[in-house]
Amino acid sequence: MGAGHGGGLAAAYVPGDSPVHRLEPHTKLVAVLTFALVVVATPVHAGWAPLAYAGFLLLLLTVAGVARVRPGRLLRGLVVEVPFVLFAVLLPFVSRGPRTDVLGLSLSESGLAAGGSILAKATLSVLAATLLAATTDARGLLRGLERLRLPTVLVQILSFMIRYTDVVGGELRRMQVARESRGFRGRHLGALKVLGPAAGSLFIRSYERGERVHLAMLSRGYTGRLPSGPVAVAGGRAWATALSLPLAAVAVLAGGSLLG
Amino acid sequence: MSTPTPSLLVDDLAFAYPDGHQALYGVDLRLEPGERVALLGPNGAGKTTLVLHLNGILRGGRGRVEVAGLPVEDRNLPEVRRRVGIVFQDPDDQLFMPTVGEDVAFGPRNLGLPEAEVARRVADALAAVDMADAADRPPHHLSFGQRRRVAVATVLSMQPEVLVLDEPSSNLDPAGRRELAEVLQALPITLLMVTHDLPYALQLCPRSVVLDGGVVVADGTTRELLADPELLAAHRLELPFGFDPRAVS
Ligand SMILES: Nc1ncnc2c1ncn2[C@@H]1O[C@H](COP(=O)(O)OP(=O)(O)OP(=O)(O)O)[C@@H](O)[C@H]1O
Ligand SMILES: [Mg+2]
Repeated sequence: MGAGHGGGLAAAYVPGDSPVHRLEPHTKLVAVLTFALVVVATPVHAGWAPLAYAGFLLLLLTVAGVARVRPGRLLRGLVVEVPFVLFAVLLPFVSRGPRTDVLGLSLSESGLAAGGSILAKATLSVLAATLLAATTDARGLLRGLERLRLPTVLVQILSFMIRYTDVVGGELRRMQVARESRGFRGRHLGALKVLGPAAGSLFIRSYERGERVHLAMLSRGYTGRLPSGPVAVAGGRAWATALSLPLAAVAVLAGGSLLG
Repeated sequence: MSTPTPSLLVDDLAFAYPDGHQALYGVDLRLEPGERVALLGPNGAGKTTLVLHLNGILRGGRGRVEVAGLPVEDRNLPEVRRRVGIVFQDPDDQLFMPTVGEDVAFGPRNLGLPEAEVARRVADALAAVDMADAADRPPHHLSFGQRRRVAVATVLSMQPEVLVLDEPSSNLDPAGRRELAEVLQALPITLLMVTHDLPYALQLCPRSVVLDGGVVVADGTTRELLADPELLAAHRLELPFGFDPRAVS
């Protein structure tokens, strides 16, 4: 239904009909959030931490298998993580404390552990979020957030963002075409003199559109709340299925700390 | 005078924008139930300003507006907005929900109707504009003409007393323009259509009102108004090249 929404957002969703796709969005949101919390709670310096990370990864891959989300899709989801990777790679170089030699480089041991675990935790959390996005369309995510009592204003802002990404993107493209049709090239610093005002005018256009949309909403009886359609009730089964992921993660964590 | 209650009554309406710009200087207008009227006039004449008064978006000037006998004032706003459906010029402003179906349901849900009734109204409104298959599609996947028609459906679903359209034929290709005309012609409803498209006014509206400089300068049958070259020229109205209103039956 929501496939194709909002350009970049649309690309995240992989249409399908797996049990994971069918779960109520808000149960999946809670599941992913608690999973990420469990992952983050894993002690960095415990000797068994790498085993726990492997266990978490196995859990996620199982879910991906059930949802029939391809590995390539998961890897693409990891792109957002790149800045963290850079930071994590820096840590062993800049941290203090006992050093160890790897391939002739002198690295900090605690930096290595911290960097490695930042990387592992970020990767696992991003993978979980990617799975969520791949199995839930944008509309469903919004409904989920709404059911979780996220302030309506925030949900509405997100919903308008999805609806108007393309419209504003189209405006941006048209302005760009208009500029370039008149011989503009944005490759040198002087271009900022043109691009600054262009950004300003895009903002004003968007602001004015916002006003017009608001008028259109008022004209149809809007009173500050987006009316929601019929809501399906998530039964105990749905919650149990969704929460099996974070619960399994807790089990991994508990196993690790008992054995370690 | 006081025969049946008019669908729309505008009495001596004057309005200045907050920046002091006076846009309306005492407008009178009366639409009988079922009447189809074109509102003509040059850019800046005050047409959109007038339209925004019809459902109380703009208020606070002199004069009075009544919709089917109900005065447009604070305590009546919800009912007034149900009775007057405004279709704005840019369908992207009008269609803000993620899917067409939800957008058409927006108004009825705001009215607090039960879900079964909402579903029925959505189906009826989409059928009336010949867009029944589009309910689950996101608005931005539709062509411009289809979006314009869905925009009409979003207000039809509120079962308004008066349908007001601001430049409905602008940016439509000839086929889209004709399809919209067919849709509008089939609606048994009071219609006020703001337009620069004079042949469209002639085709759809037996009566026209010309607004210029914030006052009504002419009100009569569309055919007679369009056959008056001096009137047209005085108010920057122009027929397309070669168009003869007297030759159209
Ligand atoms: N928000 C505003 N603030 C101040 N002045 C405004 C505002 N909106 C419109 N006006 C002015 O009011 C006058 C009437 O504008 P209006 O938009 O009603 O014209 P219109 O007849 O709809 O024109 P068009 O055919 O171009 O749509 C114009 O002179 C316009 O500049
Ligand atoms: Mg206008």
